[in-house]
Amino acid sequence: MATRVLKSLLAPSVRTLCRRYSSQDARTVTLIPGDGIGPEISAAVQQIFSAAQVPISWEAVDVTPVKGPDGKFRIPPKAIESMNKNKLGLKGPLATPIGKGHPSLNLALRKEFSLYANVRPCKSVEGYETVYKDVDLVTIRENTEGEYSGIEHIIVDGVVQSIKLITEQASRRVAEFAFEYAKLNGRDMVTAVHKANIMRMSDGLFLKCCRAAAEKHKDIKFNEMYLDTVCLNMVQDPSQFDVLVMPNLYGDILSDLCAGLIGGLGVTPSGNIGENGAAIFESVHGTAPDIAGQDKANPTALLLSAVMMLRHMGLTEHARKIEKACFETIREGNVRTADLGGSSKCSEYTQEICRKVEAMD
Amino acid sequence: MESAMRIFRSRGVSKLTHQLLKRCLHSSTVARMAITPRSEPVSHPEGKQRVTLVPGDGVGPEIMSSVQAVFTDAGVPVEFEEFHISEVNPKMNAKHDDVINSFLTNGVGLKGIIATPTHFKGGVLQTLNMRLRKEMDLYANVVHVKSLPGVRTRHNNLDFLIIREQTEGEYSALEHESVSGVVESLKIITREKSRRIAKFAFDYATKHGRSKVTAVHKANIMKLGDGLFLECCQEISELYPKIQFESMIIDNCCMQLVSNPYQFDVMVMPNLYGNIVDNLAAGLVGGAGVVAGESYSQDVAVFQPGARHSFAQAMGRDIANPTAMILSACNMLKHMHLEYHSKLIEDALLRVIKAGKVLTPDMNGFSTMSDFTNAIVHQLHS
Repeated sequence: MATRVLKSLLAPSVRTLCRRYSSQDARTVTLIPGDGIGPEISAAVQQIFSAAQVPISWEAVDVTPVKGPDGKFRIPPKAIESMNKNKLGLKGPLATPIGKGHPSLNLALRKEFSLYANVRPCKSVEGYETVYKDVDLVTIRENTEGEYSGIEHIIVDGVVQSIKLITEQASRRVAEFAFEYAKLNGRDMVTAVHKANIMRMSDGLFLKCCRAAAEKHKDIKFNEMYLDTVCLNMVQDPSQFDVLVMPNLYGDILSDLCAGLIGGLGVTPSGNIGENGAAIFESVHGTAPDIAGQDKANPTALLLSAVMMLRHMGLTEHARKIEKACFETIREGNVRTADLGGSSKCSEYTQEICRKVEAMD
Repeated sequence: MESAMRIFRSRGVSKLTHQLLKRCLHSSTVARMAITPRSEPVSHPEGKQRVTLVPGDGVGPEIMSSVQAVFTDAGVPVEFEEFHISEVNPKMNAKHDDVINSFLTNGVGLKGIIATPTHFKGGVLQTLNMRLRKEMDLYANVVHVKSLPGVRTRHNNLDFLIIREQTEGEYSALEHESVSGVVESLKIITREKSRRIAKFAFDYATKHGRSKVTAVHKANIMKLGDGLFLECCQEISELYPKIQFESMIIDNCCMQLVSNPYQFDVMVMPNLYGNIVDNLAAGLVGGAGVVAGESYSQDVAVFQPGARHSFAQAMGRDIANPTAMILSACNMLKHMHLEYHSKLIEDALLRVIKAGKVLTPDMNGFSTMSDFTNAIVHQLHS
């Protein structure tokens, strides 16, 4: 009985995930350009998408917080309406002003659309060499609870207690998603990352849920590993990993670590998968206010996130084309932005990708 | 005027010599004290210092025999007091109190890794590792991440220290299931312990001539808990104006470690982050087999490998790498003021690794642990 209830709870998200869109209908996608270099790189992505004739129309919205009737700052209702309607979003970097009375916008978006899984594929970029050459893995991070529950209190002066919250429902949801993702993307192993030797109950519960999901997906290999062992092995031989699924904090740490392996957040795409088919794809780098408006920014992370979005929508052919053009441009190395070791402008880099995309037809 | 200056100068000089004299006298007494146990035959026959030895699980016992072989051949005036404790077969264990007492009496110990099986029943505080740490109050763990010439890795010439608080934080073993399917796990950060580890880090940095301390945290999310830790580090840093202080968020720190690890000098962090960074950094310089570590309390120093893996799958196969344990043992000798022997063994070990002819599989070699140990022993004599 209990399993049936859970199944019915899970079903919608899984079903929407598997939904395929035929490339004929033009879908509307909410675009959140973001702050700093955000508008430039968003424009670059839009330009490349139109060059590739992707059947998508954009609906740009501003998410600068507005003061609500209760005096609290929050995301403008127009943005929320747009997202609720379109279900899909592409988001540039957002600046979270420190100590200005409103919470992190990223967090607010995550809450608003219950984006429970953060997916970050890390693949070595050919031509942009790091000391790690053979990285091709995906980190899937539980995004709603864990250490980031935000529940903390001072018991007496000088003694603080922070609560890490792990629930069966959220753990099961993300574990299930990891296996579905692996299956849909032709990956063959899922590794659960945990610390259940120390946090026996909380991480133990997470692990239990992963094992249960593994039982249901026998065609995907399942493996469990301590967080510290993963870190140790990751820097020695990242090629042994495929899909990794983990609670919030570990995911935060490992996803950034993996981004470091392939050259940083400037080339790492990211997607947030929510319930009811909502998904926001984003670049996770900063807003780089120092180079904003100077046509120097690198749009790769946002472009690859947009490619992830296309795959999520089932527009695999467009995704393949754009990705290929992007990687080829980087590999050839004639036209690269400064952070990738070149001297070209953002617009030149964008045009080169557009040229390649058009040449493919 | 000139005569006044002369008087002043001569006075200054006499004051200086006086101070110097005082310091000489003082240091000579210290030196004598350090030597006394060796020349005092009553309590320690053959003038040996006694050290507690816990081989641990997995490849621990094999590695310890390698260490002991090297020690014997180097004629190290150390006597081991050996205790076998393990979670695997608790009935065979030495009495817990005896082990603790031995550590407390000797003040120095060499320890392998005690593995905690996941199927372990009972709270985390009852695991042997946690009990040892708690009862001896081994609050600070230091891992020295140093590239060894001859071990081929992606990053070379690394040299930094990771200092980890290991008595509180996420490892407080306070968990409960509020309702079925909802578990809360508590992370405890206290001002007292945060200040203690911060002070330890700055003292350690001072003592070892380091110039920068980086506090690693996640205070942007855990504003109160990690915020308190960060605040304590900041407060303590003000007492050490000669040492540069900076802070870094844990996820960024991990990214920096794989892309530009050269920026780090001394790092200080709470428990779980320490566990992560220790292992990550060990991976950078060649894995769990080559990184030494040490834990300190007020009175006891326990030396053990820096990355804690018992490597049980290699047990009995004679393929484990004893480098981490030998380096830890050398650090132990240094700690016991047996610098000569420490240097002797460390040099022999480093020469063997640099020569690259006899290496264990994890260092891309083809030799067994015994061959590797024999090569070190051979180097001791040459």
